[in-house]
Amino acid sequence: MAKDGSSGFLTTRLDAFINWGRKNAMWPLPFGTSCCGIEMMATLCSDYDMARFGAEAVRFSPRQADLLIVAGIINAKMAPVLRNVYDQMSDPKWVMSFGACASSGGIFNVYSVTQGIDTVIPVDVYVPGCPPAPEGVLHALLRLQDRVARGDTLAQKREAALKRAHQTMRG
Amino acid sequence: MSEPRSNRAGLFEEVAVIQGKPSDQVSIHRDPDDLWDDARVIVNIGPTHPAMHGALRMVAKLNGETIEKSYCEFGYTHRAKEKLGENRTYHNFIVYTDRLNYCSALINNVTYAMAVEKLMGIEVPTRCTWIRMVCCELARVIDHLICVGINAVDLGAFSFFLYGFHQREEAYTLIEKLCGARLTTSYTRIGGLMHDAPEGWEKEVKDWVKRTRKVIDEMDSLLTGNRIWHQRTKGVGVFNREQCLQYSWSGPNARAAGIDRDLRRDQPVMFYKDVEFDVPVAQNGDVFDRYSVRLEEIRQSLNIIAQCCDKVKPGPVWAEDKRIRIPDKEVVHNTMEGLIHHFKFFMTGFDVPAGEAYTTFEAANGELGFYIVSKGGPRAHRMRIRGPSVWHFQGLTPMCQGSKVADMVAALGSINIIAGELDR
Amino acid sequence: MNGGWFLEKWGSAWNEQVEKFKARFGADCEEVRMPGAYPTDVPILYVKKARIVEALQFLKSEPGFEYDFLADLTATDEEVEPRFEIVYNLRSITRHWRIRVKCRCAESESVPTAIPVWPAANWAEREVWDMYGVKFEGHPDLRRILMDERWEGHPLRKDYPLKGYQLFPTPMSAHPELLQD
Repeated sequence: MAKDGSSGFLTTRLDAFINWGRKNAMWPLPFGTSCCGIEMMATLCSDYDMARFGAEAVRFSPRQADLLIVAGIINAKMAPVLRNVYDQMSDPKWVMSFGACASSGGIFNVYSVTQGIDTVIPVDVYVPGCPPAPEGVLHALLRLQDRVARGDTLAQKREAALKRAHQTMRG
Repeated sequence: MSEPRSNRAGLFEEVAVIQGKPSDQVSIHRDPDDLWDDARVIVNIGPTHPAMHGALRMVAKLNGETIEKSYCEFGYTHRAKEKLGENRTYHNFIVYTDRLNYCSALINNVTYAMAVEKLMGIEVPTRCTWIRMVCCELARVIDHLICVGINAVDLGAFSFFLYGFHQREEAYTLIEKLCGARLTTSYTRIGGLMHDAPEGWEKEVKDWVKRTRKVIDEMDSLLTGNRIWHQRTKGVGVFNREQCLQYSWSGPNARAAGIDRDLRRDQPVMFYKDVEFDVPVAQNGDVFDRYSVRLEEIRQSLNIIAQCCDKVKPGPVWAEDKRIRIPDKEVVHNTMEGLIHHFKFFMTGFDVPAGEAYTTFEAANGELGFYIVSKGGPRAHRMRIRGPSVWHFQGLTPMCQGSKVADMVAALGSINIIAGELDR
Repeated sequence: MNGGWFLEKWGSAWNEQVEKFKARFGADCEEVRMPGAYPTDVPILYVKKARIVEALQFLKSEPGFEYDFLADLTATDEEVEPRFEIVYNLRSITRHWRIRVKCRCAESESVPTAIPVWPAANWAEREVWDMYGVKFEGHPDLRRILMDERWEGHPLRKDYPLKGYQLFPTPMSAHPELLQD
């Protein structure tokens, strides 16, 4: 076993290969609630075409998706629903916080709005803008893909930690 | 076709065919333990269901595929805009109006500006009004394109949607030239505009109108005569004239049911009396009629845009009123008084005299109203927003009583519920 | 505020209507505010709570009034007793004119529901209950509408803070009992 806990050349290569696959075949779950949902549709549509980056297979069932795109405001009534949806997704899963409302509450610092979805679920990549331009979304997707390829996302770190824990238990 | 298609009636007709008798003489012997009679199930549709646009929720008791009873819920995107209206200055509130009906943010901007101008008694210059009219109609075209497109996607006609969306992207490029944003424009100011339209903008808009006319004709020929589309939409989601009045429906949805009312024509706001346009009206009030009314309205809006672009002349876009005039940047950066004025304007805002007004305008979805109560001072005492979607969504439950779940999806898409103005 | 084209166009019609309305309701029509004399765009009729439904029905069906479209139903918080004003913005589909009816309501009181006159008032009244805590007598389903049902407080009251957050661990459940026959 190597010093950092990873197990040898072959499995590392295998991990890299798997990550390469994950990176290029993300299946998004569009959790569009408000204005940002419209821009997300524009991104998925022919003019900007998210299919170029392997993320066009939109799935509305959380069981079939691995990228949760939270596009729009999440308020106190919606937050538990979002948590439910996130919990139903299978690992490894990634979350994109799309737009100012989802990332920080944006201009809505009021009684009903959750100030950032990271108070409810872990987030991998934030997209600024109100709403973000489709180019910004594609940029965020590419950055997320880079991180997935490096194994640098929350879900993959969780996975690696679990693997290490199992190996330690096995001795 | 228009009466509710109950599951039970269909069953009798099927058995009638098998037994070779007229359907009123058919007898069906049921096993008392048979689950069929009691196969009712309560299904929760939404708030994250793909067919429930945005974040709407319907809880329905189904008998097979038929909705026997249901109730709707919303509020999953409530952003407290009315409370913010009481806590922000009139100028600051402009950005929140964008997020009402985000498909046609320009109409909200214009209506809000008109509401405050009415309270203050401000007249805006001619050029400003013409540009505002172009903006309104541009936004209306975009909104209707989204509505008919998404409605078609819900029913499986995806390519129709792509045609509309491409044209919409081009319209967004025009709006981007105007104010730098695609969706949330914040283009109007109280008593004026953010700034004048760029040079040659009118001509570009006219070119876009020409191209869009062709695309609308293409879209029309693609879907309107389609037999599958007819079967999925005609006689589905019927809401007749009386029901529309009872449930306060307005806009294209009411016009599809024969209510010949359009606030652009019936209330003399801006210069709508100086342009020629028709108000399309249909009679059946089903999904197909709402679709065709919207499609025709796009054409009328394109006509209005072309006429406005011809009539707009160079001139000032700001009302000459010291209270609301945002100082020019040159003055702000070079003189002390200008800087103070700028600071005072944005930090404390301007006072609106006491009074109250309910200002309405024909938004893309129907009657959009701002009921503002002012007690003097820079903040409103009450900022009520009447979004048409609330009243339309309320009609969904009676409309879908006794119809199939798939028809509910068609009906919901056709009444164009926008979560932003529904929840506010 | 100047009366604008509203006043020019319908001023005389409004005068007649207000006279007729006053004659019909007498002292139950507490106050009338006309555009021109008061800074408002349309006349405001203050009606006593007990006869508000009757007044709305009268405005809806009486020839010469024909306010057959409930444009808006909302409330305002005046902070002094009687604290709330319920506002009915009416519009006539046939005649195009508009009018505003108001009724005052103290914090501890409730208002009769307008659903018999306008089914559309259902959700608007639920919203007023949600946002202001004004109860409507005879409303069949007076639940919160915009906020979660477990929410405490009524956000649009003037004494409710802008940032009074509340968070819930589980989604709002459904109500199967509403679907019973």
